[in-house]
Amino acid sequence: MTRQLKYAHAIREALALELARDERVMVFGEDVGVNGGVWGALRGLHEEFGDRVFDTPIAENLIVGMAVGMAMRGLRPVAELQYSDFVFCAGDEVFLKAATWRYAHGGGVDLPLVVRMASGGSGFGPEHSQCTEAYLMHTPGIRVAVPSTPADAKGLMTAAIRSDDPVFVLEHKLLYPMTGPVPEGEHIVAFGQAVVRRTGDAVTIVAWQDMLRRSLAAAERLAADGIEVEVLDPVTLNPFDVESLVRSVEKTGACIVVEEAPLTLGVGAEIGALLMEHAFGHLDRPLVRLAIPDVPVPTAPHLVDAVVPSVDRVEAAVRRLVA
Amino acid sequence: MDKSVGRQPENENEILLRIYETAEKIRYSDERLRTMLMSGQVRFNYYSVRGQEIIPSATALWLSSEDYVITTYRGLHDQIAKGVPLDVLFAEYMGKATGACKGKGGPMHVTHAASGLLVTTGIVGGGLPIANGVALAAKLRNEDRVTVVNFGDGASNIGAFHEALNLAAVWELPVVFLCQNNLYGEHTAVELSMAIPSISERALAYGMPGVTVDGNDPLAMHTAAGTAISRARDGSGPTLLEARTFRFFGHSFGDDDAYMPGEQKARAMADDPVPKLRTRLVADGGIGHERVEQLEECIRAEVDDALAFALASDYPEPTELAADVYA
Ligand SMILES: Cc1ncc(C[n+]2csc(CCOP(=O)(O)OP(=O)(O)O)c2C)c(N)n1
Ligand SMILES: [Mg+2]
Repeated sequence: MTRQLKYAHAIREALALELARDERVMVFGEDVGVNGGVWGALRGLHEEFGDRVFDTPIAENLIVGMAVGMAMRGLRPVAELQYSDFVFCAGDEVFLKAATWRYAHGGGVDLPLVVRMASGGSGFGPEHSQCTEAYLMHTPGIRVAVPSTPADAKGLMTAAIRSDDPVFVLEHKLLYPMTGPVPEGEHIVAFGQAVVRRTGDAVTIVAWQDMLRRSLAAAERLAADGIEVEVLDPVTLNPFDVESLVRSVEKTGACIVVEEAPLTLGVGAEIGALLMEHAFGHLDRPLVRLAIPDVPVPTAPHLVDAVVPSVDRVEAAVRRLVA
Repeated sequence: MDKSVGRQPENENEILLRIYETAEKIRYSDERLRTMLMSGQVRFNYYSVRGQEIIPSATALWLSSEDYVITTYRGLHDQIAKGVPLDVLFAEYMGKATGACKGKGGPMHVTHAASGLLVTTGIVGGGLPIANGVALAAKLRNEDRVTVVNFGDGASNIGAFHEALNLAAVWELPVVFLCQNNLYGEHTAVELSMAIPSISERALAYGMPGVTVDGNDPLAMHTAAGTAISRARDGSGPTLLEARTFRFFGHSFGDDDAYMPGEQKARAMADDPVPKLRTRLVADGGIGHERVEQLEECIRAEVDDALAFALASDYPEPTELAADVYA
């Protein structure tokens, strides 16, 4: 059975089911307990699960560091960083510990931890608007999930909690209130399996989260003119599903990556390199990367609109490519 | 530098009047901004400073534009008290090209070197290590500059707080660590995140004076700030000054403040420090009613003019996007 649920509520459902199923699961972060999280995704969990859903002081090093320690001793911590920009506040614990310790300790350390983070959405200025997935994807040892639909939010969260690796789940701020069909009961979305959100043959667009939404809107407009775009949602960035990408590009011969982050060495750059390595013969037009130009995210709303790829920009890029 | 710093108005009533002037300017600005946000006339993230006006208003009497203030996203009061011109301040809040940071920083990143409002940061605790660096620069150059860094109760739990206090004490840096304890960090009450009753106790661990003061009491706040700032100015080193206060409008504009006991909020609002100071001035301060009203009229005109300027200003040109990324 599926029913319509908000993205935020789908996340809560996944956490509630896992908290009920596995007593090793603990959920924590700033304002996560009594208040139910500043993004409203965790309402009622503290009431239902008591001290297993708890508040921490404002201290990101502590939050992720504690998750690492708890995971080492067999718990299944699900920590929250209020903004994905704050991976930098917890840099040591994220990049030097969660990412490297299993390896550095010769496999002697288990790190089944999840870090949930609200990302993107802009308008909060350069310290609170970033999509930090490229930094995480660049770092060996951690998994990166980017749920774009309520169903994936539930399914990826469940998979993340059950994973024996450190998993970073980026929850897009603008998606929290979005509604979509979500399966009841246990629902798991496998890592490393991209999903074709719309089929077409004119060009392959790779996009996730809010950029996926915008790309699908552009595809709808283009379809009115008979231009059928294929839209691929990678679902997870690590592992990254190269096969699905190559399969799509074999059909379309062109690829546009739409990304809510700076251009240089973004996810789009990696996808471009993968295409060169795995699909060189299939591409008949140059790769196009739509991203934030290489500037910090400004605050003024209309400057944000000028830098973040829009439906118009995606549409125009496709038209140029198929012209 | 302005040698009048440190020389305070001779009579207590004049001190109170100066504090009131700044506090009322803050109170009225906050009220206008909230009204404009409510009506949808403007749009930005706003963290109301209502209830915390007295702290920077009393502190500012000890500072000149040569001195530095560092503040946070909840910074309107600190910015106004430090003398950031209201027109460029409001324009920045609205993301306009005429703003202090050309509209690129917004309310969380106001900077205005000429008035000494050195920087505003949105990262909790992020200002404290910066304050050490700024103070070290002043000390190395033998400049007579004090740095006052503002932060909240919640920020005193983050590593940066402890790292900064430790070294500031070792090097006797000219810094005042001014913790505006408004009893909540976002939605979490102070007592849920620390096991000690007052934040100033933490000073002991680092070897500097730790003082708790009622931040809503103008004279007490004025005295405590004066002691800490004078200590920094004469080379004796930093102070951790905890000013107790309360925010009337929760964490951020538009959020639900159900987590605060209604009675606690009602009590704080009934004891609103700004009108209370006004009453004191007029009733027992011997400052004429007329003089206060005249002052208020000037304040309203100044704030209204600055808001009109900000509203009428243009947004930055798209070419502004690529400017300032590198030197
Ligand atoms: C490093 C960091 N963590 C979390 C946040 C989100 N956040 C913004 S304000 C705030 C509460 C801060 O409380 P406090 O220090 O008491 O200051 P107040 O807002 O009460 O003035 C939090 C958690 C942030 N901006 N930076
Ligand atoms: Mg506080």
